[in-house]
Amino acid sequence: MTSYLVRRLFALLPVMAVVVTIVFFIIHLIPGDPVSVMLGPDATIAQIDETRRALGLDRPIHEQLAKFYARILRGDLGRSYFLDRPVTTALWERAEPTIVLTLFALFVAVAIGVPSGIVAAAYPGSMWDRILMLGALLGVCIPGFWLSLNFIYLFAVRLGWLPAAGYASFFTDPVAAFRYMVLPAVSLGFNQSALIARISRSCMLEVLQQDYIRTARAKGLSQRTVVYVHAFRNALVPVVAVIGITMAILIGGAVVTEIVFNIPGLGRLIISAILRRDYPVVQGVVLVTAATYVLINLLVDMVYAFIDPRIRYD
Amino acid sequence: MTEATLAKVLPEAPEVAAAADLRAGGVRWYRRLLRNRNVVIGAAIFLLLVLAAALAGALSTHNPTRLYPANRLKPPGVENYLGTDEFGRDVYSLVLHGARISLVVGGVTMLFTSLGGIVIGLIAGYYRRLDIVIMRVMDGLMAFPAILLAIALMAARGPGVWNVIFALSVVYMPRTAMLIRSTVLSLRELDYVQAARALGRHDLAIAFRHILPNCVGPMLVQGTFIFAYAVLAEAILGFLGVGVPPYVPSWGNVIASGKNVIREAFWVSLFPGIALTLAGLSLNLLGDGLRDTLDPRLRVQG
Repeated sequence: MTSYLVRRLFALLPVMAVVVTIVFFIIHLIPGDPVSVMLGPDATIAQIDETRRALGLDRPIHEQLAKFYARILRGDLGRSYFLDRPVTTALWERAEPTIVLTLFALFVAVAIGVPSGIVAAAYPGSMWDRILMLGALLGVCIPGFWLSLNFIYLFAVRLGWLPAAGYASFFTDPVAAFRYMVLPAVSLGFNQSALIARISRSCMLEVLQQDYIRTARAKGLSQRTVVYVHAFRNALVPVVAVIGITMAILIGGAVVTEIVFNIPGLGRLIISAILRRDYPVVQGVVLVTAATYVLINLLVDMVYAFIDPRIRYD
Repeated sequence: MTEATLAKVLPEAPEVAAAADLRAGGVRWYRRLLRNRNVVIGAAIFLLLVLAAALAGALSTHNPTRLYPANRLKPPGVENYLGTDEFGRDVYSLVLHGARISLVVGGVTMLFTSLGGIVIGLIAGYYRRLDIVIMRVMDGLMAFPAILLAIALMAARGPGVWNVIFALSVVYMPRTAMLIRSTVLSLRELDYVQAARALGRHDLAIAFRHILPNCVGPMLVQGTFIFAYAVLAEAILGFLGVGVPPYVPSWGNVIASGKNVIREAFWVSLFPGIALTLAGLSLNLLGDGLRDTLDPRLRVQG
């Protein structure tokens, strides 16, 4: 297990190097002169030159890239001019809502997706299977951000059961925090629950075709026992891997959900940074989310290798 | 194009019999496609959307970009079928014109990702040294949550239809490249490709005659899904205000303007959202159906 972990960690280095390089080049994709774009039309030539020097944009590109790497390795993501603080501080202040939202949505996605998939696979072709898979198809197609708006209209505007938008920290007011979190988490998690349902169904169907399941059936066990006792664990193994993918999509989706529900997280941070042309913040958010995604995938692979020892030895 | 290209999808179709098989096989594939309910329903909805986009000018009852402040937030009725938004624009006409943006962005992104994926995938599959570098770059691109990378690219390039297409092509292209590469890697060891090489055929000739025809099926399936992602992603970017410029009628932009008035006028965001859902549904049905039809291994599971 340790050697597998070490191998996987080393495999991450080139990926992270590429990620950092891509984030570096975002600034260079700005059409024309990035510095004049950042400072806006009112900037003087002197200001532009000074900022260009301060950002190191007057140096040759390979030198800039080397400096960028050195900074990132020191944990320095630059400074936000608009917020007047280091980017790392800004990210840290805004991380909590995004993390809470993502975890809640993940819970919703798994809690709806796995049982639906298992039930559908246990009785393939049945009415339940059809209803659940139709729901899953719709779930994949309904845009999450639009679902959020409909939820707001129905549950907040019409019925008044839940607040339409806003955020409270779980550390200060757990009840309010929960009420604020229900609609965002459900609308974000719903799409992914559909994906998880489809995949758990097909994994379960595959497991149910194996010999040991036939043996279990042959010795007279009921469908219920076969599905829930014998097949369940093995069917869940690939589903664990899907949860990694789900997390990544949820982090991306959280950005959009935060805008709909006015949640002060990383999504709101990056969108307002774009409007203010605060590029260090844009780069910081993208870099940190990509790194988080890579680490989550590593973690998922670890769990995966732990549940299924066959994976470690390929 | 379906009959000819789909027939070539037959894995390991022997070269000699190909011409004879093509016609008979073509009819068989065509029939099988038409028998697949997902394909038929998906294609029907998609065709409706294409018609709506093509005839948007004729079907519209109002100019979608003209503002009538006096006519703002009218509920659906005889004058405005689907109501009006906060600027008095006709939602029905906006949705029709929005279909154009969605389909153009989705279609062109699908085209670009396919072309880029073919070039990069072929290079990676053929030249093992470049493969290592190319695949690390692809891994790096796929390490970003898709929508965030698209947002970052839009942040740099600024609003605009072509910038949206560029951003989404960069984001989704690695998936196609990986697909082509893995097909190349599995095919290059097969006897008939080895035979072509032994005969001294040029690498490019082998790629076009023997390898790419086998990629058409999987690429068609993946392209359909990329089309669906791109339509959705375009709407998300528009909704966030970093997609096509706000004055361009796109579904995402209209939903965004509906967000501001959700308390008074639910219809502004409701109808473009339904159109968006239908587009996603049709492409997902098509993709699922094509996959079931083109990949016989999957069909067994039912």
